[in-house]
Amino acid sequence: MDNKVILEVNHLRTYFETKSGVVPAVDDISFQVREKEVFCIVGESGCGKTVTSLSILNLIPPNAGKIMEGSSVKLEGKELTNLPAKEMYDIRGNDISMIFQDPMTSLNPVLTIEKQLTETIMRHMRIKKNAARARAVELLNKVGIPSPEMRLKEYPHELSGGMRQRVMIAMALSCDPRILIADEPTTALDVTIQAQILQLMLELKDNISASVIMITHDLGVVADIADRIMVMYAGNTMEYGTSWQLFKNPLHPYTQGLLASIPRLDKRVESLYSIKGTVPKLSLEMKGCKFASRCPYADDRCRKEIPPLFDLRDAYGDGHKVSCWRMERKYGNDVGE
Amino acid sequence: MGMMWGNDTMTKEKVLLNVEKLTKVFRISRGVHLKAVDGVNLYVKEGETLGLVGESGCGKSTLGRCILRLIEPTEGIVEYDGQAITSMRHKQLRQMRREMQMVFQNPYSSLNPRMTIMDSVKAPLDVFQVGTPKERIEQVVEMMKIVGLDESYLYRYPHEFSGGQRQRIVIARALMPRPKFLVCDEPVSALDVSVRSQVLNLMNEIQKEMGVAYLFISHDLSVVKHVSDRIAVMYLGQIVEISDVDELYDNPLHPYTQALISAIPIPDVGDKRERIILTGDIPSPISPPAGCRFHPRCKFATQRCKTECPSLKALAAGHAVACHLY
Repeated sequence: MDNKVILEVNHLRTYFETKSGVVPAVDDISFQVREKEVFCIVGESGCGKTVTSLSILNLIPPNAGKIMEGSSVKLEGKELTNLPAKEMYDIRGNDISMIFQDPMTSLNPVLTIEKQLTETIMRHMRIKKNAARARAVELLNKVGIPSPEMRLKEYPHELSGGMRQRVMIAMALSCDPRILIADEPTTALDVTIQAQILQLMLELKDNISASVIMITHDLGVVADIADRIMVMYAGNTMEYGTSWQLFKNPLHPYTQGLLASIPRLDKRVESLYSIKGTVPKLSLEMKGCKFASRCPYADDRCRKEIPPLFDLRDAYGDGHKVSCWRMERKYGNDVGE
Repeated sequence: MGMMWGNDTMTKEKVLLNVEKLTKVFRISRGVHLKAVDGVNLYVKEGETLGLVGESGCGKSTLGRCILRLIEPTEGIVEYDGQAITSMRHKQLRQMRREMQMVFQNPYSSLNPRMTIMDSVKAPLDVFQVGTPKERIEQVVEMMKIVGLDESYLYRYPHEFSGGQRQRIVIARALMPRPKFLVCDEPVSALDVSVRSQVLNLMNEIQKEMGVAYLFISHDLSVVKHVSDRIAVMYLGQIVEISDVDELYDNPLHPYTQALISAIPIPDVGDKRERIILTGDIPSPISPPAGCRFHPRCKFATQRCKTECPSLKALAAGHAVACHLY
């Protein structure tokens, strides 16, 4: 379990400048991704999960947002936040690649699959066209696309949603990246196709050497695939731990609420649990725990002071981190950062 | 509120809506047709929820719209409270719409951005000329309380609200003419988990209070299970299985239903369920496979399945399936 750390994110803050003030979309997030693990970031819309992944890749549009001073993203010890644009080009695709949510819009509709796949391969691996084509066929095979030679000649509109997502995965894997970031890779797909893609990702996990950062809002998807999970809310980390810790012993009121809000197949309840209220508007003026306004346990301290990430040990092991003042009372075990 | 709706003695037994052999064919281009809904039979009882599940392109939204005649069905009969909607003239149909309303998936596009919430929610009453203008406003205020929104929101515009609040507004609007039947087309799939459960609970409460029946269209089987009394499973325009909710999840008979249920990701670890992963994609509804439409993806398919289309057979009380295996 304790593989080498490959990506280290420390105190990441990404702020956006808007007409109505600064929006701290990601506000002091730290986590580590180890070799060959699947690390999941879970949260609802606007919690900053996608901004986190774009920050890792240094893809925040400079006229809109900014990775703040003091943030650090290290890939195998190499700092990425201040890397010159040219060097960053080589990191993207080669070392870190990304799959987006919507396979309809992330492929170019006027280019054949072959053109799009081989272009990436030739650019990053610096090989000739024929070799790149052979590699493309091999990749399509790997992601379970039948008769890959034929498919290469087709355009994106000739493929179904599931097939397109397979092509996106093939493209992302084409240069043997160290890290694969998958942003809601199954959200746009139907249930039976989603099951196929998740199955594929599980198979790939065993066959490739990359670590996967998977971003999703769906705790069900996460449970199937994650080694470790970070739950985000309003730009902050709420809870962080192995999937056993999160699902068997959720400690943060937000995580508990999320899990209780999902209608379960194995239980029938009259009325679903629901978290009161809505996600707050993000601003720098917000004080205290971001979840306080919706938390059933919140007290004065929660509304004034941001809780640290308490590092706890439970029946499922070390490293269960929870950002909630109740943990201090519960465990008296303040070993926060 | 009980007084307003005057429906305390509702029974769950009376059939409110009856659909027979409903078919909708769209013409794509010369000689190319798409049978989006293919001979569907179903009924909805007073005050109950019939869940309609299926994947994208299976025709579930078209079916919902055909029932309300928002799309004209090609063939078949829809009866509401004993009256055939499908043969009604425009004027009569319009009066009928008081009884049957619709909630759409996307609360961002189903509210006019240039109308205040008051105007949007009041519109159905204005259309049907219910009461005096003052009474209409009072009714809107009362409805806002029912759906859990503050009265002070009434003179704001849709962009000032979150997705969950907008969906409450849309539900309030649909309930204004006091319908007995609501078609809800993916009403919560655009919402986040924490807000989704609020809206689902609200819909359940409203049903209990007002005795309104729902046709609840969704692709999400766990949501459908939570809200429905009965469930119909649709595949490429046809109903392949229909059953009481508990029976369907405990004892799914159609191989497609079995795969759908097993494909639902369960938010828990250490889950040792056997997964059925279907191979292949959903075929195009323009040229559906011959015989049973599911046969190219079905591991039990026989020669018969390739040529003969199975019809819906009742196997137990309230449980029917269209499959040659049974």
